[in-house]
Formats: sequence, structure tokens, C-alpha cells
Amino acid sequence: MCSLALFPPPMPPGHTTLCESNNELLSGAGAEDRPKQESSPLSLYFPRESLKLHSRTESSSKAAFLDHSETLWMRSAAAWRDGGFTGLLTEITNSHTEVPKWLSVSSGCTLALLRWISSFHGSLFPHLTLSSEDMIAEFSQVLNWSDCVVRAFAWHPHTDKFAVALLDDSIKIYNPKSATTPTLKHRLQKGVAAVQWKPLCASALAVACQNCLLVWHVDPCSLSTRPSSGCAQVLSRPGHSPVTSIAWSPSGSLLVSASPIDTAVIVWDVAAESCVPLQRLGGGGITFLSWSPDGSYILASTPSALFRVWETRMWTCERWPCVKGRCQSGCWSPDGSRLLFTVQGETVIYALTFADSPGISVSSAAGPQVAAVVADLSETTFNTPDGDIIIGGEIQCLAWDPRGERLAVLIQGDPQAAGRPAIIAVFKTRTNPIFELLPCGFVQGEAGSEPRLMQFHPNFQHGALLTVCWSTGKITHVPFYFLSAAAPPFGLSGSPLLPCPQERPSALTNQSLFTEFIS
Amino acid sequence: MPPITAVFVILSRFSLLHPIHTTSGESLTSAIFSFILLGGVVVMVGFLNLEYYTVIPTIACSKIALFGQLLHPRQFVNSLVHCMMGLIVAWCCTVTTGDRYEMLSYVCVQSDGSSQMCLNEYHLVFLLAGAFVGFSHSLLGVIHNMNYVSFHTVQQYKYLRFKGSLPLVVKCSATQALYSIRNFIVVYFFLGHIPRAWISKTLNLHLNRLVHSVHTLDSIAGLLDLSLLYQLWISATFLLFTWYITLLLFRIFVTEVYSFPVQSSFTEDAHLCLPKVLTDKQPMILKFLAMQDLALLSQRSPSRRCEVFSLSQPGGHPHNWNAISQECLSLLTDLTQRLVVYHDTVATNGRAKSLSKIRKWGGGASNCLFFCEVTSGTEDLMSPRPSVLMKTPASVFARSVVGGPQSPLTAPFTPDLDSPFASPALRRLTAPVEQCSPWYGTVQSPHIMRRAPKLWSTSTGLSPKSFILVLIVFVYPNNSTLNCPIQVKNFLAKRVLIMYLFHKLPEASSQALFADSQAHIWALEGLSYLVQASFSEDQFGVVQTTLPSILSCMLVLQEAVDRHFKLPHASSKPVRSTSSMGDSTYKTLRFALRATLKTAIYRITTTFGDHLNAVQVSAEHRKRLQQFLEYKE
Repeated sequence: MCSLALFPPPMPPGHTTLCESNNELLSGAGAEDRPKQESSPLSLYFPRESLKLHSRTESSSKAAFLDHSETLWMRSAAAWRDGGFTGLLTEITNSHTEVPKWLSVSSGCTLALLRWISSFHGSLFPHLTLSSEDMIAEFSQVLNWSDCVVRAFAWHPHTDKFAVALLDDSIKIYNPKSATTPTLKHRLQKGVAAVQWKPLCASALAVACQNCLLVWHVDPCSLSTRPSSGCAQVLSRPGHSPVTSIAWSPSGSLLVSASPIDTAVIVWDVAAESCVPLQRLGGGGITFLSWSPDGSYILASTPSALFRVWETRMWTCERWPCVKGRCQSGCWSPDGSRLLFTVQGETVIYALTFADSPGISVSSAAGPQVAAVVADLSETTFNTPDGDIIIGGEIQCLAWDPRGERLAVLIQGDPQAAGRPAIIAVFKTRTNPIFELLPCGFVQGEAGSEPRLMQFHPNFQHGALLTVCWSTGKITHVPFYFLSAAAPPFGLSGSPLLPCPQERPSALTNQSLFTEFIS
Repeated sequence: MPPITAVFVILSRFSLLHPIHTTSGESLTSAIFSFILLGGVVVMVGFLNLEYYTVIPTIACSKIALFGQLLHPRQFVNSLVHCMMGLIVAWCCTVTTGDRYEMLSYVCVQSDGSSQMCLNEYHLVFLLAGAFVGFSHSLLGVIHNMNYVSFHTVQQYKYLRFKGSLPLVVKCSATQALYSIRNFIVVYFFLGHIPRAWISKTLNLHLNRLVHSVHTLDSIAGLLDLSLLYQLWISATFLLFTWYITLLLFRIFVTEVYSFPVQSSFTEDAHLCLPKVLTDKQPMILKFLAMQDLALLSQRSPSRRCEVFSLSQPGGHPHNWNAISQECLSLLTDLTQRLVVYHDTVATNGRAKSLSKIRKWGGGASNCLFFCEVTSGTEDLMSPRPSVLMKTPASVFARSVVGGPQSPLTAPFTPDLDSPFASPALRRLTAPVEQCSPWYGTVQSPHIMRRAPKLWSTSTGLSPKSFILVLIVFVYPNNSTLNCPIQVKNFLAKRVLIMYLFHKLPEASSQALFADSQAHIWALEGLSYLVQASFSEDQFGVVQTTLPSILSCMLVLQEAVDRHFKLPHASSKPVRSTSSMGDSTYKTLRFALRATLKTAIYRITTTFGDHLNAVQVSAEHRKRLQQFLEYKE
């Protein structure tokens, strides 16, 4: 088991982590000595001020525009349309001067009864009382989602392009090979919680929104910078909003979506716009979905202390009750045999190992019986020249690089207390002969910025590339140069050369190219 | 087939459980008898499902074709049987409900004190409602393609699937019952006295004058009896619910994944093996199941993939792979051909239009034969189905419109007999684009009418099925030869009716073109997964020999599909119908096919990467592949 105490101490503030080379993380003092490599994808900066934000919410505008001199019938009809049964009851109760007394009294009683029942229901599942914005913020993989400039980020699984969802509900697509950056805007695209590109497809991008699910078809050859909303398919289902998590099947045929309100996982056949709900009671909803890279399992976590692992052959599931809290995040090893997950309220990473051939024995007998703790991220104090820094705490999200050699962990920290920043800890992972995590280091940004969101590039040639979105609105890429254990090593048992050593910053050139392995 | 018997067993169990909510426990013997009857009805419905189901939906491309479907004798028998069964179920409901609904006749006391047998109108209403609901169920079944069985992309266990779709069934049957009862009440309000008089006359029952004066049931007051309405609705819901459950179970059992052995060591089992079943045409359901199995095995089971890639023991020929790949490729080629022919037809229409404008007075030159097979593409048991050959007046209109925006002429389709899909199940159709209105909006000029009979006299070869259609068609040329204004008015009105009937349902032709595309989707998936797996698993290189043809086939199909989606109506999304028992999957098959095709090509290009440059394909296809390799499609 690995703990934070084994980590090298973090850099002093102001130093930015640049890359990993020769088994150690290198840092620079400022942005100017960043290695200017041709292969590195573009870094972006979205200043908060540049975004036009929505100043008012939907409900406030309704009060401003609704004409209250309409007849009772019109208002009731409008209330029925907008707010359903409870809306109608509220309207009747409010306009007690116009309706008979018995009607207003009885509707008031019904309303009170309904509220009482829903509060009872809400006390069972407290998350149901949240507003949808708060719910997304609560269950999102992004740290402090509601305040985040970059709300979601997705690399294309096969090429170098990526999509960025911003605070102003627009999505921008950046492609280093093309000059146009399409901006996607849609009437229904609000509160984007997640975006994901469809595998084995150049154009389809799924967006989890507050009220629905959008699938954009962005023609990569098109020169238009504002694709019309006709390019987007709207997938919605009553009772399935807000959507907080989506996952494409690795074969690109199906899309699953989850909402904390809905107890069913919805499996979409996007082309046909049809869906199959996989209903299981218990848990009160689904917050997070993750499809294993080989396509045979899906992790579905619920707002209560329970998560499920679905197998995709016959779509049955295993229940995994947790002791303390809900499953906050999880990730799969590239071969789909191992699941790492974290639980809210605990500071450890658990691992589950699955049998190699899923589906042959569907019952959980062949599966693992208990999760093993593989890493402990409890608070650890590092003595740095600038004072003590406490690192550790609950884990916001996990990311595993596609080769299965680096694991990035976003630790929440404590925004109130000084010296306890949110930080990304990176582990080296090794699966043979036994599964273990080895410390690699911390990834830090500029002074005053904290990481909000991270993702690994799906096919980076020289190792792994971690993309981090910071609270300042910056998106940076941290490459980890290493030789994959699977690939045959050449020469000495050392790290590969940096791709462009002649362009390395001068601060790094005097370091030795070859170092001993730490472990 | 064992699954079918299992269906029946389960169904009979269900039919015993369900009537409980309507039973009030009156007379035991009649209740048991009605249970038995209900069981019989359910078995009958199951049998009808089995008899009429299809995996390829029948899509009527115009209103008249839909009409033809409804008047088809087979369909007529179906409706009649449904009607009868509705009657029986309604009788059972009256028995189980008891009370005032139970008997057809009762002893009533006349005003003069004498008692005689009177007609119980409540009972009659119940029976008629049952028959009406049964009849409308079967009609709606045709309109919504209720007999179409679709396959799910998500394979769940039968019980879970059943449980999952149960709420939908309840909801559907309740709403459907509501609508049916509403319609029935309207019908009964106007026509109710006819069956009542008839029954009372034949059975020599008297209408109770006393009661009659208070409320006959075809008066507004009589029909506003809430308890009666409620009972009617409950029993109609019950009726539809049992039938829908039967349908649902039937669908679930029929589409259950069946695993065919890839090869068998015994020769007597050879006809059960996957390559053999795939190439068989006749039981369509078996072919579809085999395609599904192929798609699944190529994705999920390495051991069975291994069998596909294996060589035959003496001789060393890759028979399995050859049979499978040939079948898939021929399916895809067939679809490509169909699309190309369709596209050519539509393209020809544009040219023919300008041509016909010039030789406007050529009269009867190019007559438009429009061949729309209204066949139910059922497989195993069907006798050869007659096709409805229709004469469309489209050409008449086309030539009379001067400068009309669209005036299509459709050429007859020649069914390509060499293709494996040249079975009667295949619908060939042409799609003249929607007729434009200026023609009948303008003043009728007499010369057009004089010309009309000549055009219509050429119509031949109408099958007896479309007799009514022929009647309509032949009536009005005769009229139009006379030039009196009344006739003209009549003629116009009929033309409007005809226009309505022949009016192309938008996108129906496109739907019909892709009606059996589920097989193509599986073929694409199966092929692409097998090719992907062959990259690492194919020891003998059997796939490499066919890789060029697979790639070119897919690329040609891709081109054809792309071209098809540029046509009007082809890319418009159908309205999403969420709560209906009729499966509307066929409406979106073309989108699914397009997405699957792209994914399949990407799967191959991603797996092979730059190795594809070593594959022999034409330059044009290489360019196309390069686009796929760069993710630019």
C-alpha cells in the first residue's frame, strides 16, 4: 500500500510542473521556460472575464413576464403545463380570492400532504431536495463545478482534438490541425456536466446537459465556426434530468447516461434515438458512470452508500454496498480487469479485480468478494522552506492513463484553510507481478490556481499526457515521458530521451539523462 | 419450437391470474367457464401473433397502399377473428362482473302487469364494445405495424425485459382502451339502434318500454352512465392488456438470442450450423437470429471466432469464413444496388419531367407504373402473396402541370432476381415526391379531361385485391368524358380524394427501402468485428484474402447511403412515438445503418492503421480510406 508520506515534497509555490522525465517530475518557475515542443498540444487560457454569463435564472424571468391579469383558467392551464400537478395546486391555492373556498382549501391540503410526502422521500435520499444546479455540482467529477470556468473537457479518442465546455454553456472544439474552432451553442445546452466523444467516429460528441442529452455531429471538414443546432440530436426522457454522467461504449454503439433523480441507467441507441432503461431500485439515483475500456463492465455509483457493476453481456449487475459514503469516482484498468474507486468520506483508494472472462459465470461467485485498499491518501505534512503544507484528504476524481502506467488522483484539499491546497498526486502503477502503486509526484500549477479537472490523452505516443484544467481558466498539458513496460526497452534500462532534447529549457539541460530507478 | 410452447404455457398461466381484478365472485361455474374461454382466446391471440408476425415491416408508401393492406383477405380474416375474440372476452367480462350486465335477457314487467323476456341493453353494449375494441385493435395493428418484431440492441434476460416493459403495456392498454371506448360510444350513439333492433327481433325479445323511456343507451343520458363507462373501460383495458401481454411475450421469446454452432462434427447437424443457416432464405426469423448471433459472437467470444477462422480438416479451406463473409457481402451489395436503383429512379424523374413538358401532347407516352408490393413479409408459413399493382395517376398530373415544381414520374422497378433478397418479402417501391397542389387548384381545362380516358385505358394487370381501387380509377374517366358542370365538380372532388389516397406518405419510401436493414446492420457489425479480431487472432490469414472486397463493399455502400441521405425526406427524423405498443424501430433503421456503417469502417481502419495501404483497393477507395484514417469523415 502506498501513502503520501512516500511522495517527494511538493515544489514551492510559483513553480509549475512541466513534465516527467527520467522518473522525476520537472518544474519550472514560470510559464516562459515551458518546453516549446512541436508535439505538445495547445494550451488554452479562458479568463473568467471574457465569458458572458447568464445573470438571471429561468424562474426569475417567469415572474417578470407572466401576466397576472389572465383568467384563472388560463393561469391554471399555464401552471399545469409548467409545473405539473403541484404547479396547478399552488396556483389554485394562491388565487384563493377567485376560486371557491372548498377548492382552495382542499388544494392547499393536498399540496401540504404532497410536500410532506416528498420531504419524507427527501429525508431518505437527501440529494433529491437539491436544485439541479446544485445536484450537478455535488455529483460532478469536477471540483467545485459551479464556480469552474472550464466545466468539462474531453479528448477525442483517436485524434488530437478536444472539446471544452465553458461556464457560459458553450462548447468549443480545438483541433491543432485546423484553424477553425467551432463553437457549439444550443438552446437546451445548459449546465454541462460532462462531454464525451463517440469512439470510432470522427464527429459525434455527447453532451450531458441539465435537462437532456445532446449529441452533436460536428463535421471535421466543415469550415463553419457556429454549427447550427440542427446538427444536434436531443435525447431526453421524462424524469431523467439533470444528466450528470455519460459514457460511450468503447465500440461506439451505445451511450449510457445517468441522473441522480432517476434510478435507471438509460442505455441509448443514439442513431435510432431509442432507449432502454435498466431499472434497479435502491440508491435513489445514479451519479457516475464509467465504462471499462474493453467494454464488458460499467461502474454505476449511486448517491447512497452503494454502487453497482453492470456486465454488458446480459446486462445484469452486482451490488457493492460501501461502508461509509457514496462512491465518488472510479476508473478501470485498460484491460478492464481492475477497478479503482474512491468513497466519499474516506481517504483511500480501493481496488476490485474481476475475472478475465466476463459473462461466462454471471454470478458474483467468480467476481471479487471484497475490495482491497491500495493507497492511503490521508493528510500528510510536508516541510518546505515556505512552511508546512498539508496534503491529503478526500478524493474528487481518478484518472488512469490508457497504458495503465500512471494514475492521477485529484485530492480535494480544504479551500478555507491555508496550506491545504487541492492538488493532483500522480502514482506509477504496476500490474505485474502484483498490482501496486508507486509514488511519482505532485502536479502543481501557478500560484493561486487549483486543479479542477483532469484527463489523460487517449493516445499519446511517448508515455502519458495529463491535461489539467485550472481554476483560473487555464488548460495545461503535463507530459509523462516513459517507456511502456509492454514495449521492448531499447538500450540501457533508462528513460527514453525527450523527443526534442535540443529545445529543452536551459534549466533542465544540466541534469543527468539517466538516473537510477527509485524503486 | 420449444420457445413457442413455453409462450403458450406462460400465457395460459397469465390469463388465469389476470381477470381477478374484474371478478367479483358470482357464479363459480360460469366463472370457470369464462376462464377457460379466456385461456382459449389468449391461445388464439398467440396463434395469430405467430401466424402474422414479421421481422421486416410492411410499409405502406401511400394511403391507398395502406387501404389495400387493410382490405387484404388475410387481414380481413385477422380482423374478423379479433372481432370474435373481442366478443368472447367481453362476454367473459360481463360474466365476471355480474350484476346488471350478466345476461342478455331478463324478465321485465310491462306496464300492463304481464312479464316477458326483455333485452338487456347493457349486456349488448358490452358485447358490441368488445367486438369493436377487438376490431379496432386489429386495424391499429396494421396501421402501426404491430406484427413487426424488432430486435433489441441490449440483450437482457427475458424476465427483466418483461418486467421492464410491463409499465408501458399497462399504460398503452389503458389509453388505447380509453380511445377505443370513446370511438365506440360515438358509433353506438349514432348506429346503436340497428343491432339492438336486430337482436331483439331475431331472439324475439322485447325492449322494455318503461326502462326504454328513461334511458336507452344510445341517448346522451344513457351513455353518460359513469358506472357503465367505467366498466366498459376496465373490460377493454383488460382485453387489450391480455392481448398486449401475449404480444410482448411472443416478441420477447422470438427475439431471444439463440446461439448457433459455428461448425458441427456431425454431418446430420450441419444444417443447424451458422454458415448454413445464414445462407438460408426461407425462415426469415432464423436468418435474422443467425445474423444476430454472428454479430454477437464476433464481438464477444474468442473461441467461436477461432472456429470461424479455422480451416477445414481435410483440404484446408476456410469454408466457415467464406460462407459467412460471402453472405454478409451479398447482403450489403444487395442493399447498395437497391439504393443505387432507387436513386437513379429519383434522378430520372427530374429529367423525365422536363421531357414530358415538351411532349405534353404526346399522350400516353410514358405511363407510370408504380409497383408497390403490399406484402406482409412473413416468412415460414406464407403462401405466395399477391401483390397489389397500382396505377397511379401521377403521370397524368405530371404532364398537365406546366412549370409545376415537382412532377415525378416513376419508372417500374425491376426486381433483381439474382440477389438473395429477391423474395416476395422485398418491397420494391418508387417514390414520386409529393404531388403539388396547383393542378387541382386551377380551372379544369377540358382537353386534359379528354386526354384522361386515353391514359387510363392503358391500365392493365390490376390484381383483384385492389378491386375498389380499380373501381375508383375506372369510374371517373367515364365521368370526365361528359362535359357537364356537375360531372366536372364530381370529378374534381374525386380527384381530390384520389390525390389524398395516392399522396405519398413522406419518407415512407425511404423507410421501406431500409425495412430489412437490421440484417445489414448485423452483417456490418459482424464483419467489422471479425476483421478487427483477425488482426491478432487469424492464424491462417483467411480474412486477408477477402479484406479488399469487404473494404470496397463497405465504401461503395457508404457512398450510396450518403447519396441517399441527400434526398428530401430521407434525413428527416420521424416523430418520436414513445408510448405505443407498435414498434417503430423500423422508422429509424436507416439512421442506425448509417451510424453502424461508419463505425464499422472506422473499426477496421483504426485496427489496421497504415497497414491498409498494403491492401489492394482502387484509387478512389484509397482516397476514401485515407480520409477515414485521418478521421475526416
